Amino acid sequence: MADLTSSFCGISSPNPFWLASAPPTDKEYNVRRAFEAGWGGVVWKTLGSEGPPIVNVNGPRYGAIWGADRRLLGLNNIELITDRSLEINLEEMARIKKDFPDRALVASVMVPCEEQHWKEIVPRIAETGVDGFELNFGCPHGMSERGMGSAVGQVPEYIEMVTRWCKESTDLPVIVKLTPNITNIIYPATAAKEGGADAVSLINTISSIVSVDLDDMAPNPTIDGKGTAGGYCGPAVKPIALNMVAQIARTPETHGLPISGIGGVTTWRDAAEFLALGAGNVQVCTAAMTYGFGIIKEMTAGLSSWMDEKGYNSVDEIVGRAVPNVTDWQYLNLNYTTKARIDQDSCISCGRCYAACEDTSHQAIAMSADRVFTVKDDECVACNMCVNVCPVENCITMEQLSPGDLDERTGNRVAAEYGNWTQHPNNPMAKAAE
Amino acid sequence: MASSGQVEQLESGRVTKEQLDANFSDLHPEFDSHEAAVAADRCYFCYDAPCVTACPTSIDIPLFIRQIATDMPLASAKTIFDQNILGGMCARVCPTETLCEEACVREAAEGKPVEIGRLQRYATDVSMRSEEHPYTRAKTTGKSVAIVGAGPAGLAAAHRLAMLGHEVDIFDAGVKPGGLNEFGIAAYKATDNFAQEEVEWLLKIGGIKLHSGKALGKDFTLEDLSKSHNATFIGIGLDSVRKLSLDKENLSNVENAVDFIARLRQSSDFSKVPVGSNVVVIGGGMTAIDAAVQSKLLGAEEVTLVYRGSQKKMPASQYEQEIAKSKGVRIIFNAKPVSIEGSTSVEHIEFEQTENGSAANKNFSVKTDHVLKAIGQLLTDEPQNLELEGSKIKVNALFETSVKNVWAGGDCVSAGDDLTVTAVAQGRDAAENIHSKLMGEG
Ligand SMILES: Cc1cc2nc3c(=O)[nH]c(=O)nc-3n(C[C@H](O)[C@H](O)[C@H](O)COP(=O)(O)OP(=O)(O)OC[C@H]3O[C@@H](n4cnc5c(N)ncnc54)[C@H](O)[C@@H]3O)c2cc1C
Ligand SMILES: Cc1cc2nc3c(=O)[nH]c(=O)nc-3n(C[C@H](O)[C@H](O)[C@H](O)COP(=O)(O)O)c2cc1C
Ligand code: SF4
Repeated sequence: MADLTSSFCGISSPNPFWLASAPPTDKEYNVRRAFEAGWGGVVWKTLGSEGPPIVNVNGPRYGAIWGADRRLLGLNNIELITDRSLEINLEEMARIKKDFPDRALVASVMVPCEEQHWKEIVPRIAETGVDGFELNFGCPHGMSERGMGSAVGQVPEYIEMVTRWCKESTDLPVIVKLTPNITNIIYPATAAKEGGADAVSLINTISSIVSVDLDDMAPNPTIDGKGTAGGYCGPAVKPIALNMVAQIARTPETHGLPISGIGGVTTWRDAAEFLALGAGNVQVCTAAMTYGFGIIKEMTAGLSSWMDEKGYNSVDEIVGRAVPNVTDWQYLNLNYTTKARIDQDSCISCGRCYAACEDTSHQAIAMSADRVFTVKDDECVACNMCVNVCPVENCITMEQLSPGDLDERTGNRVAAEYGNWTQHPNNPMAKAAE
Repeated sequence: MASSGQVEQLESGRVTKEQLDANFSDLHPEFDSHEAAVAADRCYFCYDAPCVTACPTSIDIPLFIRQIATDMPLASAKTIFDQNILGGMCARVCPTETLCEEACVREAAEGKPVEIGRLQRYATDVSMRSEEHPYTRAKTTGKSVAIVGAGPAGLAAAHRLAMLGHEVDIFDAGVKPGGLNEFGIAAYKATDNFAQEEVEWLLKIGGIKLHSGKALGKDFTLEDLSKSHNATFIGIGLDSVRKLSLDKENLSNVENAVDFIARLRQSSDFSKVPVGSNVVVIGGGMTAIDAAVQSKLLGAEEVTLVYRGSQKKMPASQYEQEIAKSKGVRIIFNAKPVSIEGSTSVEHIEFEQTENGSAANKNFSVKTDHVLKAIGQLLTDEPQNLELEGSKIKVNALFETSVKNVWAGGDCVSAGDDLTVTAVAQGRDAAENIHSKLMGEG
């Protein structure tokens, strides 16, 4: 059995699956049940300043996108940070830490962007025995209108400044949670690192309108005839999150900074992909909110069997394995040539590949009167669209041409050596290959 | 509907009323909107989809399914009705397993086609429940067309002609319109008086007058119609049933399956419909299967269906055969009746085992108190002067008969194939051709 124990920026947990700061971690009752189910850690629902607690809307706060069978594909919310008092949250956190000493307990914090607020609250929270802090610079709705959340996360200077205040207030690890609602994730990540952050976590939710009620002519969820932008999360956001994680992992300025991967993690496989792209652990929110805490069993069992199968002994062996293979477009090998191949035995003759290629791609699929579909090698540019629309798995595959083979489309022989755009004769800036 | 024997001494009410209700409930109940969305999601929207080719009325199936998937059932129904105005009935009675669903690529892929029939039913049911009839009539042409027969062929022709602006009179010999939709289709395929509701709905387009109880050859002639109307369409179906030609065929409780089915369909209380305890059905088509299954559902203890050919040759689809077996019908292949025995009413039937259609010198006898004959319907009362092909009315590709200005379609013509959907397609196409002819004449 592969060892799933995780040590993330000095915080240890029995597995790399944490619950993200959100409703699943909003109170002792939930967290206790989550730990009993097997979750490795939690980032407690974001705490705010002392005083009268935050208020939430009293109408619907979630909207969603579904597949045909109501599979939830994307979730959007207009919830704010915890709406329970700081005192109660702190008491509960202390009790949880005492009862579950082996689990990771991280406090998420968001207070106004003034030094004394942060310097007061951080030591106070530390007294509960938490293992670290996560600074919520990500929430894109409500709190950002008050100059907090993503309003801070969108200004690298603020991130650096607040991170430094926190680091000055505690010896515990400080994780900076980043918003994806920016142009280039490297800027806020670099700022966090400059400010002394021990790690970053990402992504928080993406600013979104999930759908429009066409009768009321208002965004969903609708509160008394009006709606507002909310934060988007769940399976739909995973590709965006994976890319941001990978960019931080591979960019020299931020390379090596521990990353907690968040965004659409729903199965063990999603988690493995985040780890491969450089995340040290993962956090989950929507999947737990959709299916309940029980999914942790699928996640831990799945990850560990896959690791056994591949011969990986520990989580650290997976972390970042795919990062060297994430590159810029300009370095992709332009001499690598493939052609689509249709397996006639498994083809069910639906013609979707034909429609896709004929109408929208390269007119490279022939259709016979008796519905046999074949690829015209002299037209196929290997775009992969036919593979993506084919309903039968592995019916259409991309087969690589060997060096020396004729590419019927270009009339050229496939070159054996690697050749990219920087060396290409059509590139005015081309450098000669060394 | 001439019956060769009478039915007497047979019991009704063999099973409880609750059981009867359950037995004759909808074979494929309507989808709710969520089920429809899930089923619609399975459609691949194939290029030049094979299901469309397989449908005799060429409904644009991928399009109507996509319209269900996008929550537009009314638009979806319009796509269906544009090609097949009896799309509601066809959704219930078409042997989809040998038509559209057989052609579905998912049938090839995984043996589970998209449920086209049930999706069609969903869209058409939603539409037929809505207030509006989806069609309006074109400006009146001042032309009139007589339709003989209010079965699927005649109704489809009538609707199309009315839509194109002609005045239509339908004459039907029966007391109720609908043809076999009303008298023949199995009760569990068209529940809740659907056949009549569908006719009422179809007539809402306006411009169609229905004259029930008016028979061609009895109450009027083709010549009369040629005087009163600009064109005539004949859709009279098949009027009689092939005989076994055996000595004691007239014993009581030996009857035509279609008569038994019609009696059942016209009954408002199935517990009053008599049926034998040992029923023998002779034949291998849809009628034979329906008679056998419905006898069983009425409570017959033993139902034996005897077909003279092999299982492969049986006209009823594999799926229909499975339904019969699942209801407890015993099917015997390769056997033909050689004598009917009994004093006043039937007591048993002798069968001869056949091999490749010829006698194998092995006889067996089946005890029975109720014999249902379903070895094919015929046209015997064909209108005078019309040229026949085989025993049916001869038509060309435009559904014109040998008589000027007389068109025909459905079961009664040589091009018919004993399917509701084919009758609809032919009625529709004949109507289009009548229209071209009438308008061409100016
Ligand atoms: C028992 C049974 C079950 C069947 N089940 C199915 C099924 O499940 N699915 C399927 O697709 N098909 C089924 N069929 C076949 C289908 O019902 C027919 O193919 C279809 O009804 C033919 O339509 P039609 O309009 O040509 O004729 P019909 O439906 O027979 O209608 C003919 C009409 O003409 C009228 N008529 C007859 N003679 C005259 C006259 N001289 N003057 C005026 N009116 C006249 C009749 O009263 C009748 O209303 C079944 C048939 C039978 C017998
Ligand atoms: C209802 C809801 C409330 C959330 N509240 C917080 C919060 O208080 N603090 C925070 O840092 N993130 C919050 N998030 C963001 C999640 O922690 C997480 O970053 C995001 O949902 C992406 O992960 P997922 O795709 O697994 O849901 C919230 C998300 C949801 C759905
Ligand atoms: S890979 Fe692209 S170009 Fe080639 S056959 Fe498929 S769809 Fe056409």
